[in-house]
Amino acid sequence: MIPEPKVVNTIINGDSKQILVSERDSLLEALRDRIGMTGAKEGCNNGNCGACAVIMDGRLVNSCCVMAAEVEGAEIMTVEGLASRDELHPLQTEFLDNAALQCGICTPGFLMSSYALLQENPDPTEEEARFWLAGNLCRCTGYDKIIDSVLTVAKG
Amino acid sequence: MQAVNYARATDVDDAVRLLIEGGENARVLAGGTDLIVQARERKRNVDLLVDVKHVEEFMVLEFDTNTGLKVGAATPLYQVYGDNNVKINYPAIVDASTVIGGKAIQGRASLGGNLGNSSPAGDSLPAMIVLGGVATLAGPNGRREVPVGEFFTGPGRNILETGELIVYISFPPVGAGEGAAWERFIPRNEMDIAVASAGAWVKIEGGSVTDARIALGAVAATPLVANDAAEALIGRPLTDESISAAGDAASEIASPITDMRGSIKQRKHLAKVLTERTIRMAADRIR
Ligand SMILES: Cc1cc2nc3c(=O)[nH]c(=O)nc-3n(C[C@H](O)[C@H](O)[C@H](O)COP(=O)(O)OP(=O)(O)OC[C@H]3O[C@@H](n4cnc5c(N)ncnc54)[C@H](O)[C@@H]3O)c2cc1C
Ligand code: FES
Ligand code: FES
Repeated sequence: MIPEPKVVNTIINGDSKQILVSERDSLLEALRDRIGMTGAKEGCNNGNCGACAVIMDGRLVNSCCVMAAEVEGAEIMTVEGLASRDELHPLQTEFLDNAALQCGICTPGFLMSSYALLQENPDPTEEEARFWLAGNLCRCTGYDKIIDSVLTVAKG
Repeated sequence: MQAVNYARATDVDDAVRLLIEGGENARVLAGGTDLIVQARERKRNVDLLVDVKHVEEFMVLEFDTNTGLKVGAATPLYQVYGDNNVKINYPAIVDASTVIGGKAIQGRASLGGNLGNSSPAGDSLPAMIVLGGVATLAGPNGRREVPVGEFFTGPGRNILETGELIVYISFPPVGAGEGAAWERFIPRNEMDIAVASAGAWVKIEGGSVTDARIALGAVAATPLVANDAAEALIGRPLTDESISAAGDAASEIASPITDMRGSIKQRKHLAKVLTERTIRMAADRIR
């Protein structure tokens, strides 16, 4: 049985989008392969690494664990929506200044997860930040620079 | 991903109808944190996902001091543990639901999905059992209520019949002298599957334990209701001796396996340690 192509109506980073998907696509596949939004990364494809994290209707989710068909009527924010037209988001600036990335594959996920943390808890303790970011894996940085960056942004 | 279709249920009856029409490879989709991964990795044959998240009854979170707590089968965990009534009255649910995956998992994962997946290591399961949780099921023959402790039949298996699903889980109101707790052992601080877990609920009146429930996770083919451990507490004051006897009884009924996460010996030991710890935590929480 081959699933029928299906049109999904959604809002991504504030813009209405119609995406033609296969019903077997995940949200991550729809973003990357159907509309060329390659910000969200595929790390594990099973929910463990957080590289694919996006915000769906205000909640942090792993887009590899969401079906594309589920986002009909939903609002999505991806890492592409973090910077404004001519200015990086403070988290992005701080990650760069503080060398909180090396290969960069985990970075979009860490940025979205950190963004969601600061939305909910604008002044986290180090422990709260580490616990919140436990669903994001990084093979390069050793985490300290990431945590420092998030706490620096929180302190303003 | 295997070829799979997606359908959004409009009400409970519609979900039952979709499941029956879909046949044996139709599955309820709640948060998808187990199901989507299992379907992709072909650990489960799935050809229809029945999304129940747009039906209010699956998404409720209601508390009443007289009737207790009602949690929709698909209500996401962050809502459950973020709720003040849950925090105050059912902290054992908070103990378990705050450590299921990380924040991105908790934005979607549900108690109904933890039940439906029926892993012996499902973290919320011992907590729901000791709190007296009852699942309300709907199916082609109407509705029925099943205590969480009677839901499981084996690893990944449960009593749900064809076309039947979980609508919500209810917990009785919290009476005077009652407290509950849940804890697990994992080698790291978060984001891991339990080596073993335990939940305890105690009721203390006039200095004596008048009722108790103990449940264990990841030490048998299903979550275990440890009646002997509870019996060791009931009818006497809570003392180091009675708590230790309960721990021994828990260890006794544990029938774990050795796998990459832990050995039989370690898990039997953990059943005792975690039972004793959660009994003390439960007693400390009595208000
Ligand atoms: C990275 C990661 C970490 C995890 N960590 C943990 C952990 O620490 N502890 C833990 O216990 N689990 C963990 N899990 C597993 C999973 O998140 C939980 O089991 C969760 O509770 C599943 O809920 P869900 O809503 O996502 O279920 P789904 O994936 O939507 O469903 C799970 C199963 O239940 C069935 N089902 C769902 N709802 C119903 C219903 N209403 N009626 C009948 N059947 C239903 C589905 O058909 C499916 O078979 C983890 C998963 C991931 C990906
Ligand atoms: S790719 Fe989605 S969590 Fe790793
Ligand atoms: S920078 Fe390489 S994985 Fe994090």
